[in-house]
This record gives sequence, C-alpha cells and structure tokens, in this order.
Amino acid sequence: MSLLTLENVHSYYGRIHALKGINVEVAEGEIVTLIGSNGAGKSTALRTISGMMHPKVGRIIYDGKDISKKEPHDIVLSGMVHVPEGRGIFPTLTVKENLEMGAFTVRDSRLIEERMEYGFSLFPRLRERVNQHGGTLSGGEQQMLAIARGLMMEPRLLMLDEPSMGLAPILVELIFDIVKELNERGITILLVEQNALMALSIAHRGYVLQTGEITVGDTAINLRNNTAVQEAYLGIS
Amino acid sequence: MNRLLRSINVTELLRPLGHVLAFSCGSAALMSLIAVSLALVLDRTVVGADLLDRYNVTLFTYTMVNLPQVVIDGLTIGFVYAAIALGYTMVYGVLEFINFAHSEIFAVGAFVGVELLIALDATGILAGASLVMAYAYLILAILFGMIAAGALAVTVERVAYRPLRGASRLVPLISAIGVSFLLQDIIRLVESLTTGQFNRIMPTFGNFDGRIIFGKLAMGNSTITLGIAIKSIIVIVAAVVMLVGLNYLVNATRIGKAIRAVAQDRKTASLMGINVNKIISLTFLVGGLLGGAAGVLYALKFTRIDPFVGFFPGLKAFTAAVLGGIGNMTGALLGGLVIGMLETFAGSYMGVFTMGALGSEYKDIFAFSILILVLIFRPQGLMGKHVVQKA
Repeated sequence: MSLLTLENVHSYYGRIHALKGINVEVAEGEIVTLIGSNGAGKSTALRTISGMMHPKVGRIIYDGKDISKKEPHDIVLSGMVHVPEGRGIFPTLTVKENLEMGAFTVRDSRLIEERMEYGFSLFPRLRERVNQHGGTLSGGEQQMLAIARGLMMEPRLLMLDEPSMGLAPILVELIFDIVKELNERGITILLVEQNALMALSIAHRGYVLQTGEITVGDTAINLRNNTAVQEAYLGIS
Repeated sequence: MNRLLRSINVTELLRPLGHVLAFSCGSAALMSLIAVSLALVLDRTVVGADLLDRYNVTLFTYTMVNLPQVVIDGLTIGFVYAAIALGYTMVYGVLEFINFAHSEIFAVGAFVGVELLIALDATGILAGASLVMAYAYLILAILFGMIAAGALAVTVERVAYRPLRGASRLVPLISAIGVSFLLQDIIRLVESLTTGQFNRIMPTFGNFDGRIIFGKLAMGNSTITLGIAIKSIIVIVAAVVMLVGLNYLVNATRIGKAIRAVAQDRKTASLMGINVNKIISLTFLVGGLLGGAAGVLYALKFTRIDPFVGFFPGLKAFTAAVLGGIGNMTGALLGGLVIGMLETFAGSYMGVFTMGALGSEYKDIFAFSILILVLIFRPQGLMGKHVVQKA
C-alpha cells in the first residue's frame, strides 16, 4: 500500500517551472531515493511534499489524504518529517534546544526525554555536545543533529535532503548505516541524493530526476545496472 | 556547573536582573563621572565664576546636588525607551522589518490608559481611593493600555504587513509609515469627536506625585530637598518586572524557544510543526503589550499626552534598539538606558554648563547624534547583530 503518492505534480519558483509533472510513489517500509544532478528539482520535490511550497498542478496523497494545500506545520503532525537541505540547524539554540524544537508539537515531557535518549544512542557525539550551540558543531555533527531532531517527531516517513553533502566519506557511511537502521525499525525513507552510488546501495527503489522530469523509475538494482544511469550519475562508463 | 545552572530556571530570572543592575549602574556611573568631571573643569572657568556670582554655589556642588534626581529620571525614561525598543527589536528579530507604526502602538496604549483613568476620575472614584486602590487603578490602566496596544499591534500585522510578506523589503516599510500616520489621525479623530481636545492630562491621584525625601541640603541662600519622585520608582519597578518577564518568556519557555527558532530560520521552524504565522502574531502581541505599558508609564511620568506623543519616544527607542544592536533583546535594554541617561543628563546640565547658551531643548541632539555615530562606526550595535536569542 502506497504511503505517499505524487500525481502529476508541477511546481514553480516564480516563473521558473521547477517540477514538470512528476509521479512518485513511496510504499510503507521502503527506502526510495530521488537522484539527479544539481538543479534537477530534487529538493523542490521534497519542499513541495512537506508543504514549504505548493504545487500549481497535481496532487500529493499521503496516507490516503490529499495534502497538497496543507501548511508544513500541519503536515508534520501526520508523521511526515522533512530534514531540509543544509540541515537547518538553529545556530544559537543549543543541541538540546534544537532537539526540543524537533518535538515542538509533543507535550509529553517523558516522551521527549525518551526520544532524545534514542537520538543520543544513535549519535553519542550529540550527547557530548548537548549544551553547545548548534552553530558551533561540525558539518557531520550538524547532520547527526538534523536527523536526531527529525526523529523527535517519531516519523512514519522521513525525508532526507542530501544528508551526505559536505561530509567526509567515513561520516557519509555512518549516516547511511543509520538511515538503513532506521528503515529496518519501520520508518519509511525518501532520500534525495547527489551521491547516487551511496543512495542506490541502500535504497529499494529510485527515481532519476532531470530538469524537473522523471526520466527513469525502477528498482535500485536495475538502476545500478542501467547503462544510461551509470554514465550520467554513477561515474561508470 | 553550566548544566546545573541551566536546569534551574531561576537563572533566567536572575540574569536579566543582573543586566538591569549592571546597565543601570554602569550608565549612571559613566554619565555621572562625565558630568562631575565637566563641572570640576568648568568651575575654573567663567561658567563656574558666573554661577558662583549669581547663586553663590559652585558648579560642582550644583551638579552633585542634582545628581540623584537626574540619575533616577534618566533611569525612568531609559526603561520606558527600553520597553518600547524591545518591540522594535523583537519584530526585527523575527521579520527583519522595522515596524515604524510601533510609536503609535505606544501612543494608543497611553491614550487608552489615560482615558480610563480620566473616566474613573470623572466618577469621583479616584479622588476618594485609598492608597491600595489607587495602585490597583493604576495597574488596571496599565493593563488596559497593554491589551489595547497588544491587540492593535496584532491587527496591524495581520492587515498591513502579512499580505506584503512576499514583497520586497521596502514595501512593508512604507506600509508601516502609512499605518503610523493613519493611527495618529485616528487618535486625533476619536479624541476630537469624543472629548473635543487632543491634549489629555493624566489625573492626579494616589501618592504618585509625592517624593520620598531623604535629606535637606543648604545651597547658597536656599535649601534643597533631596528626594526621589514616587512615580519614577513606579515606572522603574514596572518596567523591570516586564523586562524580566519577557526575558523569561523568550529564554525559558517552549514558546520562547519557538520565537527564537522562527527568528533564526523561519522555514525550518515550520518543518518542526511551529505555526510561523502564530509566532509572528505573538511577537507583535508581546511587543504591543510592552509598548502599551510603556505608554501608560510615560503618561504617568510626563502627565500630558497628545496624538503625536509617540513620535519622539518611538524614534529614540528605535535609536536605542539600533544602538544596542537591532534584534538583540539585551541590546535594547542597554540602548534604552544609555539613550535615556544621556538625554536626561544633557537636559539637566547642558543649560548650566553652557551658561544658558544651549538649553535642555537641545537634549535630543544627543540621541540622534548617537544614532548617526553608531550607524557609521558600529552598524551592528553595541551588543552585536544577533537575532532574538539568549545573550
């Protein structure tokens, strides 16, 4: 059963036609990745889904409901969390306060405590930095914080925008291991990545976005074996 | 240690009190030092000789005798400026936008509070009120002023700023200036329709006009009574309570964290489930509440208000916000106290120090010279440019 469906979604930045009628499906329990080069519309797709921008045409169905006109703060309540590009850490809030913000809509302080502990167990580094300002963290630590903050809502669907951006290879591996682990714990993942090789190594299925259009949509294995995809995105020729 | 302190929210009450104390004492000490040094120097010149000749008192003695009241007056007006400046700075922190209509929000607060007291006075309640009741009525007037100003601030944002949020930065600014004039004229219209006059006088009641006397001092042929006006103390206490409360709200509560989050990154804040529009409304509400209270306190201190009463305090509070570092709440407090202190010292001493060549009416030069100097040499303000945040 499909958890998230994009039907013929068109999005604009002013007069720039950023998404030209894309169709995407994410089933419960999957890791689905959107790959593509810079400016292909990957982040726009996530922003449109999470309500930061609204599609001009098309529908976004999440959990059976059309959410294409809803605002981000409402969409979050339905268990869909968007970890934005560039991580969106609040620089002068402490790590703890950043995590508390992630659970802004949660009133039960025991639940907040529990989820924070879970985040610390995934990323022990964050516990050491708990009273530090978010802006003083390294890029890798900020990414960890962004993911841990996303988990504070206990999401059903976690959308990650370029989690590998600017990180050392060893950290990229760590982050992707965690993403996989989260998926095994039952969280559906929609992953936007320029690092197509890494993304396809953990994803079940993937879509290739090119200038606002989906050119291929297939299982991860088939995409990895697709010569066109190999040449364009995997650095194999 | 840090962790321990953080878990105790008392810290969030003590820290702003510490700021209040440090900034008050600091600005008072600095200005006093300058005034006394100037007096000592001028005593050796024709200025001192002239004063000695005419009033049989040295400039030094004159300066010292007046100092306590000048400092208290400086603090009083300084806290009023700080309370208004916080409205500018909080809104700037969240929207990066100068709400030029804030001075009229202040004026509306003053008018609502004063009109309430005038109405109460007309029934004769105020005249016969006991001391406790007099304070209760004053607090009631402050609350009414706050609620009216807060509601107005929220309405203005909803009607005149929110629809323009996507527009270029100049557009809401122009809208704010328009709202400012509109509100001025609405006050004028309402006042002329209902009372037939623009100038409203704060009724005299309670012991607010009294002074706490702590000594008498012979000065030349006459005796000077040393004391502090009670209403100055009321203004200071009320302002400090509000400033500490606001600091607590922003730094130690869930809503305060949301305000800071929205100030730092509006888009990401919305992804956390924070309703950004609600937080923006709340910011205007808080700024309006403070501005309204400042309006009533201003009326208490200066007695007479008119529809243009907001203009100069608003401009000076804006200067204070820029001086402290716009967007920085601690900076607004510091800026307000510095401007208030500076202008009061200038107003009190400039006449004597210049043998009457420059009277107290030139005191405003200082606030605006400071604005220009700050903009040239330290555009980020004394406390640096930060969004609404912990100091």
